Order: sequence, then structure tokens, then C-alpha cells
Amino acid sequence: MTTAQMIFGRLTWDSFPWHEPIVVATFCAVVLGGAAVVAALTYFKLWGYLWKEWFTSVDHKKIGIMYMVLGLIMFLRGFADAVMMRLQQALAFNGSEGYLNAHHYDQVFTAHGVIMIFFVAMPFITGLMNYIVPLQIGARDVSFPFLNNFSFWMTTGGAVLVMASLFLGEFAQTGWLAYPPLSGIDYSPATGVDYYIWALQVAGVGTTLSGINLIATIVKMRAPGMSIMKMPVFTWTSLCANILIVASFPILTATLVLLSLDRYAGTNFFTNDFGGNPMMYVNLIWIWGHPEVYILILPLFGVFSEVTSTFSGKRLFGYTSMVYATCCIMVLSYLVWLHHFFTMGSGASVNSFFGITTMIISIPTGAKLFNWLFTMYRGRVRFELPMMWTVAFMLTFTIGGMTGVMLAVPPADFVLHNSLFLIAHFHNVIIGGVLFGLFAAINYWWPKAFGFKLNQFWGHVSFWCWQVGFWLAFTPLYILGFMGVTRRMRVFDDPSLQIYFVIAAIGAAIVAAGIGAMLVQFALSIWKRDELKVEGDPWNGRTLEWATSSPPPEYNFAFTPVVYDADSWADMKRHGYQRPLTGYQAIHMPSSTGTGVILAGLATVCGFALIWYMWWLAALSFVGMIGFAIFHTFNYKRDYYIPVEDVTRTEEERTRILAAGV
Amino acid sequence: MANPPSPNRIRLLRWSAPILAAPLAGCNWVVMNPSGDIAVQQRDLILISVALMLLIVIPVMAMVVWFAVRYRATNEATEKDYDPDWDHSTKLELLIWSAPLLIIIALGALTWVSTHKLDPYRPLDRIDAKTAIDPKVKPLTVQVVALDWKWLFIYPDLGIATVNELALPTNVPVRFDITSSTVMNSFYIPELAGQIYAMPGMKTQLHAVANKPAKGIGFSANYSGAGFTHMRFGYQSLDQAGFNAWVAKVKGSQTGLDRTVYQALAKPSEKAPVAYFGTSEANLFDAVVNLCVKPGQRCMKELMHIDQMGGAGKESAHDTKGLQYDFPNSHVIDQEDRNKGQETAPDAPGASDAPAADHSSHSGADAHAQHR
Repeated sequence: MTTAQMIFGRLTWDSFPWHEPIVVATFCAVVLGGAAVVAALTYFKLWGYLWKEWFTSVDHKKIGIMYMVLGLIMFLRGFADAVMMRLQQALAFNGSEGYLNAHHYDQVFTAHGVIMIFFVAMPFITGLMNYIVPLQIGARDVSFPFLNNFSFWMTTGGAVLVMASLFLGEFAQTGWLAYPPLSGIDYSPATGVDYYIWALQVAGVGTTLSGINLIATIVKMRAPGMSIMKMPVFTWTSLCANILIVASFPILTATLVLLSLDRYAGTNFFTNDFGGNPMMYVNLIWIWGHPEVYILILPLFGVFSEVTSTFSGKRLFGYTSMVYATCCIMVLSYLVWLHHFFTMGSGASVNSFFGITTMIISIPTGAKLFNWLFTMYRGRVRFELPMMWTVAFMLTFTIGGMTGVMLAVPPADFVLHNSLFLIAHFHNVIIGGVLFGLFAAINYWWPKAFGFKLNQFWGHVSFWCWQVGFWLAFTPLYILGFMGVTRRMRVFDDPSLQIYFVIAAIGAAIVAAGIGAMLVQFALSIWKRDELKVEGDPWNGRTLEWATSSPPPEYNFAFTPVVYDADSWADMKRHGYQRPLTGYQAIHMPSSTGTGVILAGLATVCGFALIWYMWWLAALSFVGMIGFAIFHTFNYKRDYYIPVEDVTRTEEERTRILAAGV
Repeated sequence: MANPPSPNRIRLLRWSAPILAAPLAGCNWVVMNPSGDIAVQQRDLILISVALMLLIVIPVMAMVVWFAVRYRATNEATEKDYDPDWDHSTKLELLIWSAPLLIIIALGALTWVSTHKLDPYRPLDRIDAKTAIDPKVKPLTVQVVALDWKWLFIYPDLGIATVNELALPTNVPVRFDITSSTVMNSFYIPELAGQIYAMPGMKTQLHAVANKPAKGIGFSANYSGAGFTHMRFGYQSLDQAGFNAWVAKVKGSQTGLDRTVYQALAKPSEKAPVAYFGTSEANLFDAVVNLCVKPGQRCMKELMHIDQMGGAGKESAHDTKGLQYDFPNSHVIDQEDRNKGQETAPDAPGASDAPAADHSSHSGADAHAQHR
């Protein structure tokens, strides 16, 4: 072993993808863009502000916003991958190999799936829950504020590793779940699968800890009077989603540990030889993987409930059945994992069992849909942007649910499994459910977080581009599924298929316009924020988060509210609630700390070192991590009091604004 | 479970199938218009389940639009209906839980019956909707091996084998025994029947029958590495005379398939041309499934037998000779093989039909190899 190998492991000059012009161009763009951002931050002297006010903050609201920013950045990356795939598949006909070789294309589709699930959808929903849940239950912060900051930075660390794979070595070429034996060391010897493993392991720690944190918060920190059946529905669905996180992410961690042992230590859990069994991996990964899709969708079901009720100006129809439906889904989501591989050849009885349990999930889901319907019934529905996204969701998701139940019939799945029909189905539910829900949530709670509404015109442009683009992009995929076209293909023989892929690519372009319009919407709204300014409760909201100012003060509520009803803020308004104007007290709050950034940074370095076999660095960063965690336990400056004068000043300022009637 | 479908279901099928299939007839919707009886039944199941679900999906979607329009805030006609506290109705709650429940009970029953009836492991009891057969009749056996990245078909009853071309006689029940040499694949011919995974060290089964002469393609429906996209084979079903002629053509090939030829064939390659083998070594498939084609490899079943009998004792712990199967670089096309082009396939009558080998397209595998 040479000295260079000892220091750099398997990292050499050849690890940089010089030979991939697309990657080199991307790299240059990222370096230039990154340099510009760094220069701007330095020029405007923002580093200190960012470090003090954001990176080290333990305020759940700031962490929530940072999660959303992370999700948005990674969304742009994941969508770029999607556009590359659409373009490749639209071009690779009539003997053309397209513009991506297998090595590059196979990384693109793997990265697209991994990024969209782990580093887009997960940060988005975690950010949303982080921001909204404590406000909705009348709490000052989450149960473990430091842990919250640490969780965020671990998730970011995982995202950094995925992004690093673009310019250093390669990402996995295995599909987003990395089935062995293909993902084993003998069939995937390069760094790709190791990037996959360590990115998910680092981020997985963050996700699990944030799940524990939010469960504790919801269980222990609700305002007085908020019994479990008076919790807002979004809080309910968040509780269920976080229970799923805590119960299922350890399975993912354990499965990936076994895969790492196969790759690093020469064990044989999932190899062909020495008694290994790849089928075990497929079972284990889906025992995590199916609850995962409900982790994503459940909080958004909560969003749709809040939005429908608020914009219909009515109580939610069937609150109790909504809660029970959510709990049913939570339990059932553990009993369906095998439907992802009916084609593995289990017996007919096993396949039927899992097919039928899958269908049973559609009963509570259907009940939820009816509940939203009857919430609109005899209401006064205001079609603001959040409500538009919600109605679009109801229509889109119903189709996606139907195609899902089709796939749950095992003999039907035998002809549609792994086809583009399947791809269309899960994009139909993930885009139509999770993404539309996020857009509803962003438009709904943006005024809460920043004190001004989002621009309507560009919101409408974005909405319609998404609707048209989505159906144009995915209807051809449904049809191609019926033509027996399978997923992850790079080149096609049959020229008659090309037109469908061209239409799908046009759809993707229209979606791109929708994303562009949304970025314009954000930018323009921030630019003209004074014109869009609102006070605490712009939508005539019904739950506690609207009881405080927008944006809320760092302590959320000067006085902890007392709850008498599920729609507690609507109830307070109805009973002529008067804001108390005197009697403020100093407020006990947690202190900021840089420990989360440092620990997660060390964990990321450790993951990077393990990927490249730099054993000394892995050992060093691991020891550093443990050492620093112990050191942090001696930090006694964990909390402080906001002086009563500050609270009084903030609240009196709000009284003035309310009196001015903005 | 082997009962013929009830008259009602047949009637429903007869009515719904043409109506739903009509707009599809013009296109190449092979999944909706297959030529094998199993795939036809799977198609029918898709149509029935869609019809069942539309019973609830259409009203729901209509109601979404209707309620959204009718109860919009700008509609003064419904202002008097506004009831902000109305949030419960036992009757409606019963309805909204029981309506989906009823649909799912129907669909669940259909699923249970059809999953058993169309279980890929179950010997066929009919050739088509009108012709029943005795499930004990011995089907034509085809052994399928997913190689990197091509398909090997062994016809043990006929003593022949082919690469990337599968022919079947019409109206003869067929049993596929399926395995893979290295990683997971999925064996799928949309014309014929649903897919089933091909997995190394394991054997899966699929029963099917072709009902009319047809030409189509089969492929791997599960991503298996760099050459996956080209892992396609020609499929045809022929009448008995045509099939016999095809068999004679394959038998005419001078090359035989034995363990040595198999090992050369199993090396990774892309766009392998069609190849015929006039003879085929008996028990080769069995050795492939048991990961012991290579001389000196010990067969899995032998080891499993030892384990079943209580194991070989502690002294065997370090005796790993002939047990290792996966090797580093298992998935990389040899530079030497690539330079030779497609000559690894010994006999290539169909080579002129196959797309020309494009060496420039393998840069992916090159890059792959550079990283170690």
C-alpha cells in the first residue's frame, strides 16, 4: 500500500469524472454559483448572522424553514435528474443511444429516486411538521430543541454526501432501493453504493431523532385542555407519521448495516454464495419502504384537512372518523410490504393476503376523501391557492389511488409490475398527494412564517402549469405501461413508442415552467412584501397557530393558550377572545448551540472517509464525534430567560399594529 | 377455486371487454391485447377491477367538482345553506365507510380467487376459455436462464437450446423453470403471460400457453446493471408444423451447449445475437440453479443436504473450497471479449437481423471498470 493510498484510500485523480462533459459543465456551474454565493455572503457580512441566527439556532421555526430550504434545493437537483431522463428516453430511438451512456443514465435514475424521497419529500414534511406542530399545540418549542438542530444537520449531511457523489467518484447504479446482489461488492465495486449507504445512514439518524422529538412534543407539550381528541388534524397525522418513522427507520438502518457488512467485512447476508439470501434484503427494505410512503402522505392528509376546513369556513366533517382512519392507515401500512414484489414467486395465499390488505387501506383513505367532500358541503368555499391545490389533489389522488388498487391485484400486477404504468401510478400519488399537499401548505402557512402572503398571479401560473404538465408527462407513461414498456430503459427499439416519450418530455418542460413560476412567485412576493403584508390571521384560521402574530415571536405565545375545542382558535374567536395586554412574565427558552453543526459535520466526514476507504480519517472523525458529544454534556449554558421588558415590547408592538388595523 | 367463472361474470366480461378494449384496438397495447390465455385472463382482471372501482371513483370525482362549484363563496344561491357547525352525520358516516368497504369486499374476493387461479406455479387446467385440459398432462418444459445481459432457453425435452430467441407451439401448455446466473432479473413476455423474477441460486416457475401464432418480444423487467436496456429477446408462437420446422432448424446447428460453452456464454456481454445449440447437456439447468456449473464448485443442494443432516461439524468451517460464487468484477465486460465483438456466441444465424454491435456505446462499462 502506497502512502497516497494510505492517506486518500481509493480516491485518485481518476475519481473525478473528467470524461463526462455534462458533469464537468455542471461542476463548473456549481463552482461559479457557489463562489458567487460565498462572495455575496462575505461582502454583505452575513456569515455571522447566518451562524448565530440560523445554523446554530434551536428555534423550531427557523429549523423548519431551513428544512424547507434544503428540500427546495434538493428538489431542483432531483428535478434536473428527471428532465435528463425524459430527454434521454425521448431521444434514444432509431438506433440512437441518446446522449447518456449506461454508466451515467443508471446513476441518474438512482439518484432521482433517492433524492426525491430522502432529500426532498422527507425534509419538506419534517420542516412542515417542525414549524407548525409546536404552534398548533400551543408550545414554545419542541421537547428537545438541541436534538432538533442536530437532526436537521444530519439530514443535510446526508444530502451533502449525495451531492458530493456527483463530482467525486460516482453514485449507485442500482435503482433507488439498491437490491443485492447487484448492490453487493462483487457487482458494484465502485463508490456508488457506498455513497448511497452512508448518505442514507447519516440522514437516517436525523430522521429517526426528529421523529422521536416530535412524538415527545405532541405527547407531552400540548396546551392545557388539548386532550388527544381535541388535537388539530395536522397534529394527529404528524403524530402518526412520526410513530411510523420511529418504528420503521431502524429497519432501514439495520438493513443497510447488513449490506455494509457484506460490502466492507465480507459477510454473506445478501450474497449468492455462502448461504446469503438477496430475497431477505428485498423483504427488509420494503418493510421500511412501505410505511415510508405513508410517512410522506399522512402529514399532507392533515394539511388538506386544515385547508379544506379553513377555506370552507366550516368545522371538519367527521373529525373522529378522520382520526380513526389515520390510525387505521398507520397500522395497515405495516401489513402490505410484499405487494412491491408479488412477482418474486410467493404462494398464491401469501400474495392474496398482501393484495387484500393493500386494498383495505383504500377504505380509510376513501373515507378521508368523503370527509373532505362533506366539509365543502354547505360551506362557503374560498378558492385561494391552498384550496385550489387541495381540490386538484382530490381529483388527481383519486386516479392514483385507483391505479394503485389495480396494482394490488396480484395477477394484474404480474403484467404491470415494474412497467411505466407503475411509474405513472406512484408519481400520480406522490406528486398528486405529497407535492400538491406541500404546495397547499406552503401557500397556506407562508403568511404565518413571514408575515406576508404569496403573490396570487404567479401562484396561479404555477398551479396550471403543474396540472397540465403533470398529466401530459404521466398519461403517456400509463399508456406505455399497457404497451409492455418497462422502467429504467435507456434505449428503445420500437420507433412507434417515441411519440409518447416526446409528449412526456413536453409535459416535463411544462412542469419545469411551473417550478419556474413558483420561484418567481417566491421572489416577487419577497420583493413586494410590504404590499402583501398581513396580520396574525389572514385566512380566518381555526387552529392555534393563527392565534399568535405572523411571523410568531421566538417564544410563540406570550401566554400559553387554554383549549376547549378541536378548532380552538375558531372557538376562541367565537367567544370573543381578548388578547391579554398586561401581566407579562420573563420566558424560559433554550440557548443556541453550534454542537449540532459540528457533530453532523464530523458524521459527514466519517461517512465520506468510509466511502473512500480513508480509514484513519474515519476513525479520527468518529472519535471526534464521540468526544465532542461528551464535551457537549458539560455545556451548562443551555437556557436563558427572555426578559419581561422584551416580551412586553414585542407584545405592545403587536397591539399597536392590531389597533392600526393592518 | 378451479370452478369456471359464474355466468354473471362471463356476461359482464362479454359486455365490458369489447367496450373498454375498443379504443385500444388500433394501437400496440399488447398488455390489453395479448395472444396467450394467461395474459388474456390477467387483462380481463384489470378491466373488471377498473370497472368495479369506477363505480365509486366517478361519483366521488363528480362530487368533488360539484361541491366545489356549488358551495363556492361567490355563489349567492347557496349562501342560505351555509352551516359552519355541521360536522357530523351518522348516516353519512356509515355510507362513506361502507361504500368503499363493499367495493373492496367484492374486489378482495375476486383477488383471492384469481390469485389462486392464475398462480404462476399452478399447472394449467385450460388451453383457452373453451378448452379444458387435464392439469396432469405433462407440459412442454422450457428452462430459462437470465445471463448478463441475454437470455438462455433450454428445451430439455427436445435437447436443444437457444440464446435470445424463444419459440413455442400454440395450444400446448408450457412450464418455464426460471433462474438467473448473477443478479435479479424478471422474465416477462407481455404477449404470453405475466412476469416472474429470475433469481440466482433459486428457481421460479411460470405456466403459460400461447393460443395463436404471434410474434413479439420478451425482456427483463427488473434492472440488472449496465447492459439491462438491451436484454431483450425475440418471442414467437408457431403452429405445430411451424414449431417442428423451427426445432429442426435449431437441431441443425453444429454447436452443442455444455458446461464449457455455458461458462463462456455466461460472461457479461451486451446485444448478444441469437444463437442456436443443436444439443444441450442434460442437468445443466440444475447445475446453474445450484451455482455449480464450474468444475470444482460444490452444489447448493449438496450443502443444504449436509446442513439438513446436522451440518459437517466445526472442522468444516474453514473448508470454503468450491463455495465462492460471486467474484470481483463479475459484472464487467472483458476488454478481450469486447474486442472480439460478439464472437462469444458460438453460432449466430440471426446475427444479420440483430442490431450491429456498437462498440462506442460501451463507454459506460469502461468508466465502471476504471474505478477500481
